[in-house]
Amino acid sequence: MLTETRVAGQLKLYGLMAEFSQPEPLLEAARRAYAEGYRKMDAYAPMPVEGLADAIGFHSNAVQRCVFIAGLLGASGGFGLMWWITVIAFPHNVAGRPLNSWMAYIPITFECMVLLACFTAVISMLALNGLPEPYHPVFNVAQFARASRDKFFLCIEASDPKFDIDATRDFLAGLNAEEVLDVMP
Amino acid sequence: MLDPGPEKVIGPGHDFETVTTKIGGVVFMPFLRTPRQLFIGFACAFVLVNLFLVAVTWLFAKGVGVWGIVIPVAWGFAIVNFVWWIGIGHAGTLISAILLLLKQDWRTSINRFSEAMTLFAVACAGMFPILHLGRPWLAYWLLPYPNTMWLWPQPRSPLIWDVFAVSTYASVSFLFWFTGLIPDFGTMRDGAVKSWQQRIFGVLAMGWRGSAKHWARYQKAYLLLAGLSTPLVVSVHSVVSFDFAISILPGWHTTIFPPYFVAGAIYSGFAMVLTLAIPIRRWYHLEDLITMRHIECMAKVMLGTGLIVAYGYAMEAFMGWYSGNQFERFLFWNRAWGGHYFWTYWLLILCNILLPQLLWSRRVRLNILAVFLLSLVINTGMWLERFVIVVTSLERDFTPSAWGRYYPTFWDIATFVGTIGVFLSLMFLFVRGVPAISMFEMREVIHEEAGHAHGD
Repeated sequence: MLTETRVAGQLKLYGLMAEFSQPEPLLEAARRAYAEGYRKMDAYAPMPVEGLADAIGFHSNAVQRCVFIAGLLGASGGFGLMWWITVIAFPHNVAGRPLNSWMAYIPITFECMVLLACFTAVISMLALNGLPEPYHPVFNVAQFARASRDKFFLCIEASDPKFDIDATRDFLAGLNAEEVLDVMP
Repeated sequence: MLDPGPEKVIGPGHDFETVTTKIGGVVFMPFLRTPRQLFIGFACAFVLVNLFLVAVTWLFAKGVGVWGIVIPVAWGFAIVNFVWWIGIGHAGTLISAILLLLKQDWRTSINRFSEAMTLFAVACAGMFPILHLGRPWLAYWLLPYPNTMWLWPQPRSPLIWDVFAVSTYASVSFLFWFTGLIPDFGTMRDGAVKSWQQRIFGVLAMGWRGSAKHWARYQKAYLLLAGLSTPLVVSVHSVVSFDFAISILPGWHTTIFPPYFVAGAIYSGFAMVLTLAIPIRRWYHLEDLITMRHIECMAKVMLGTGLIVAYGYAMEAFMGWYSGNQFERFLFWNRAWGGHYFWTYWLLILCNILLPQLLWSRRVRLNILAVFLLSLVINTGMWLERFVIVVTSLERDFTPSAWGRYYPTFWDIATFVGTIGVFLSLMFLFVRGVPAISMFEMREVIHEEAGHAHGD
C-alpha cells in the first residue's frame, strides 16, 4: 500500500479525494479544509448542498451581473428596434397615431428583455463553469461515477501550495472520510 | 400499495440511490420491457400523427379553403386550437417557475414532466398561426428583418406582439427544461452501461461533474430563469388575449380578458398535467414519487383557477348588460340563447364551472378516477371556451349584412386531432428517453425529509 502511494506520488497527481456518503460530513470536511489553509479544492455532490460553495471559499455573482446587463440590452434593443421601425425605417400613419407610439412597444420590449436575459443566464452559467468540458481528471476515479448518484467527494488539488501528498492524505483521512483516493491527471 | 397517501410527497424507504435507480430505470429499461400500455398509446398517437401529416399536406396543396373558415369567421379552428394549446403549456411554467419561487414541496416530482408538456404544447400551438397564414412558406415575414422591399412588421399590432411573445416563450421553455436536465444527464451518463447510451448522455451532460462551484452558478441561473419565466408566462397569455381585446369586436373588446385568459390557461394546463400524470405514474409504478398529495394539490389549483374563470364568465355577461351597448347585449343573447351555437356555451358552463365544483369534496379529490375524468372534462370545456369566444363573436358583428356562419370541415377536425397525436407521441417518447422526474431535486427532497425526521 505504501509503495503504491509512492509510485502514485511520482506520477504527479491531480489531487487527493475524500469520499463521503452524506452531505453533512462533506460540508464539515470542506469547512475544516478551508480552515486548514487549503484553497485549491472542490467539492462534488449529486445535488446542490446549502453552504457548500461558501465552505470551499467560492463566491461569485458573475451570472447575475451578466443577466442584468443582458436584460438591459434586450429591453433597450427591443424598444430601439420598434422605435426605429416605426419612426425611421417605415413611418406609417395608422389612424393619426403618433409615429413614436411607445406604449405599443412595451410588450415586445419586455419579451426581448426576457429572451436575452434567459439565454444569457444559461450560457453564462455554462461558460463560467467551463462547460462543455469533454475531459476532467476527477472522472479517472472509478468511485466518482457515484458522485452523480449518492456519494459526496472533496478533492484537494495538487496545485495548492499547501498540498503535500502524505500530510494531505492524513488530513483527509482524519475527516471521517470513508476512503481517500488518488486522482490521476 | 406504493402510494403513501395525501400527506407525503414521497413514499417511505427511499434514499439517494433508490430514487436514482427508480427514475433512471425507466430510461434504461430494455426496449421490449416497456409497459405494454405505452406501446399501445404510442401506436394510437402515431396514427393521429399520420392523420396530421395528411391534413397538412392537403392544406398546403389546396390552401386554407379546405378549412371551414369564411368571412367574417376568418379565424376558426386554427386560432381556437392555438389558444387552447398555448394555454395548456402555461401550467408547466407555472409549476416549474412560480411554485419554485413559492417553495412548494409538491412541485418537485412533476416539474420536469410538465415542462416537457409545455414544450410540446407550445410546438403544437405554434404550428397553427403558421398553417393559418395561407402561404406558410412566407412565415418569416412576421419577423423584423431587412428585406429588399424595405417593409417592416407593424409593432403597434398585438399580432406582432404575439410573434415575439410566443417565440420567446418557446425558447425560454426549452432553456428551462434543458437546464433542469443537465445534472440528470450527468447521472444518466454515469449510470449507463451500454456505450452508445454513455455517449449520448455524455454529450448532453457536457461534462457536468456536480462541483460545488457548478452548483452555485447553476442554482443562480435556475432561479433567475424562474424569476424571468414567472412574468413571462403571465405576459404571454395576456398578449394572446390582446389579439382579441384590442380589436373593437363585441365579445372581444373587454378589459377582463388578460387576467381571465391567464387563469383559464393555468386551469386547462393543470387539467392536462393530470390527464398525463395519472396514467403514466400508474404504468411506470411511480405512485411513490407522484403521490396523492401531488394529485390533490393540482386538483385544488384547478378548483381555484376554475373559480377565477367562472368570475370571468359572469363579468362578461354582466358587462354585456351593464354597458347598455346594444351590440354587447345582442352578443351575449346570441351567444347564450339566440345563436345556432348556443349549446356550446352551455356545454362550456357545464364543463368548466358546474362539474369541477365536485372538487370541493376531498373524497372526489382523492379519487383518482374522478380526478382523471374531471381533467378530461376541463380540457374539453376550455377548448369550447375558445370556440365560443372566437366563433360566436365573429359570426355576428355589427351589421346583419356582414353576418355569416361557420361550420368546421373534416380537415379542421383532422388538423386539430392530429396535433393531439403529435403532442402525445412526443410525450410518450419523452417519458421513455429522458428522466421524466428530476432526480437531483428528488435527492434534495429526500435529504430534507431525512432532516425533518432527525429534527423530530
